[in-house]
Amino acid sequence: MITYLAKRIGRSLITLFFILSVVFILLRQMPIEGYFDNFDKLTEEQIQVGLTQLGLTEPMPAQLLNFFTNLFQGDLGMSRRYRANVAVTEILATKIPISIQLGSLSILVSLMVGLPMGILMTKNKGKMFDKLGTLFIVFIQAVPAMVYYLFIQLYGTTLLHVPLLFDASKPTCFILPVLSMSLGNIAYYGMWLRRYMVDESTKDYVKLAKAKGVSEGNIMRRHIFRNAFVPLIQYLPTSFLNTVVGSIYIESLYSIPGMGGLLVDVIKKNDNNMVQAIVLLYATVGVIGLLLGDILMATIDPRISLNKKGGGR
Amino acid sequence: MAAIRHKMSRQLEENITENMQNMSDEELFSFQTFQTEEGEKTAYSHYSYWKSTFASFRKNKISVFLVCLVLFILFFTLIQPYLPNQYDPNMVNNDPQTGVQYRNIAPGEQFWFGTNSIGQDLWSRIWTGTRNSLLIGISVACIEALIGIVAGVVWGYIRKTDWLFTEIYNILDNIPQTIILIMISYILKPGVKTLILAMCLTSWIQMARFIRNQVIMIRDREYNLASRCVGTPTHKIIFKNLLPYLVSVIMLRMALSVPAAIGNEVFITYIGLGLPTNIPSLGRLINEGRELMMSASLRYQLIFPTVVVSIVTISFYIIGNAFSDAADPKNHI
Repeated sequence: MITYLAKRIGRSLITLFFILSVVFILLRQMPIEGYFDNFDKLTEEQIQVGLTQLGLTEPMPAQLLNFFTNLFQGDLGMSRRYRANVAVTEILATKIPISIQLGSLSILVSLMVGLPMGILMTKNKGKMFDKLGTLFIVFIQAVPAMVYYLFIQLYGTTLLHVPLLFDASKPTCFILPVLSMSLGNIAYYGMWLRRYMVDESTKDYVKLAKAKGVSEGNIMRRHIFRNAFVPLIQYLPTSFLNTVVGSIYIESLYSIPGMGGLLVDVIKKNDNNMVQAIVLLYATVGVIGLLLGDILMATIDPRISLNKKGGGR
Repeated sequence: MAAIRHKMSRQLEENITENMQNMSDEELFSFQTFQTEEGEKTAYSHYSYWKSTFASFRKNKISVFLVCLVLFILFFTLIQPYLPNQYDPNMVNNDPQTGVQYRNIAPGEQFWFGTNSIGQDLWSRIWTGTRNSLLIGISVACIEALIGIVAGVVWGYIRKTDWLFTEIYNILDNIPQTIILIMISYILKPGVKTLILAMCLTSWIQMARFIRNQVIMIRDREYNLASRCVGTPTHKIIFKNLLPYLVSVIMLRMALSVPAAIGNEVFITYIGLGLPTNIPSLGRLINEGRELMMSASLRYQLIFPTVVVSIVTISFYIIGNAFSDAADPKNHI
């Protein structure tokens, strides 16, 4: 187990290194106009001086080396144009908690609604509830999220008499953003749980349990649900960690000062340090989430072992 | 159904017993000569994969209707500009008497879907937008499928390439798609082609991974092992053994990537990086409508494009699922 983890973490670090390098090099391909506020008025000389100050005239490997040396010392640099000369970490520290709060609430809601929905759909397979649920899932999965987000904002604000824009001091302001964010996940959990549970319920061990006289509720809870939930649990850590990233749509629709639109903003402003820091955050979250998911799955399901190489092949 | 079948078989049984009672003993116990043609009859089956697929697809009435609907929409977006009395989607319409722009005219006789805030005809904008969005969606689905299948088969079938593709996957999957989309649209000229390229650049790996997982699952099944033992060349195994088995899942993924690409286009336009303003798309129309949605009388500018987008995306989603059910050989018997 420990050797496996060590190997896995080592590989993840290499992946992280590549991701950062790719993004770093891509960022340097952006048009240089972006680095200056008044590009048209500057002379060639001033531009060169500006670029030298930013360290952009050095050869690419030297720039990359610089970046990684600073990174290992825990220095992510300063923001340049988003908020001039404020440390990147400081900006992120104010924004991340808001996104986490919103995102975790939404995941809790989607689990609390999505899982019962999946179970009820399995129990009422082919009946009215199942059909309505499927309709809901098809709608949410197919239609671009923007469409129903807009209508929730449009009619939700008038129906619930909540303010249109976000205000952290009023808890009612959380309702609509959290609801909008949850719908997609509710559909996701409902759909997959139903599918896995329907698959499980035709298996032999369920027949045996029935023959033994185990009650219907017990079979559902102790046998089918537990087995059907294992594949879903793998994504739980990722989805919790991903809340750090925020939701671009929701946060900008309701003017929530979270992480959501930050990435787009800073790329447009050529704020390289900010972009790199956010990419590092995204990638780390993705890698850790995957690792935690695998570990969690192996703990819950004793049949899965992480050490066996390519067990399923 | 079962009851009818039961009844029928009982009737058949009765017929046979009746016939047998009428026959003499010599007739009943005489030797039958071996007839080669009769023997061949059972060995040959009339099963045709595509025929059965379409037969079972046709049974799903809703999907057949949706296919017709999508084909009709597709056809209509193509012929709409040539119909009489159509406005140019980019033309700003002015009142001929006063010379003032027709701003925010409610849907009516002259402008069927009304006009937008600068006096462009919403009806023709919606159809041009649908055409562009469908073009993007279908192109992305096809390119993604093509690259994804090739890469996925190589990734899954040739074990030596596994680590390489896995690393590429890890990297591509962890770079936020937004970054690549934004950078491509900055580095290249904005337009339909750029948008398609930007979307395909990240999404092919998902398709490839999906195909790879499927290939790994069926790569070592007995029939493939047998093929390899008798020396079937690799390309023949791939084209005759592996890919036909995957048709249903590939079609499903392709059908689902159309709504996904349309949704992506909406998103990219929303963050301000979509197509240039003179190329209408559903994403742009939704965004234009969003800016006006708070006044109830102008809400039609949001509702029309959202309804069109919903119809198109839901249709593709349902058709894809129905077709993949129909194309699955397990459902043919």
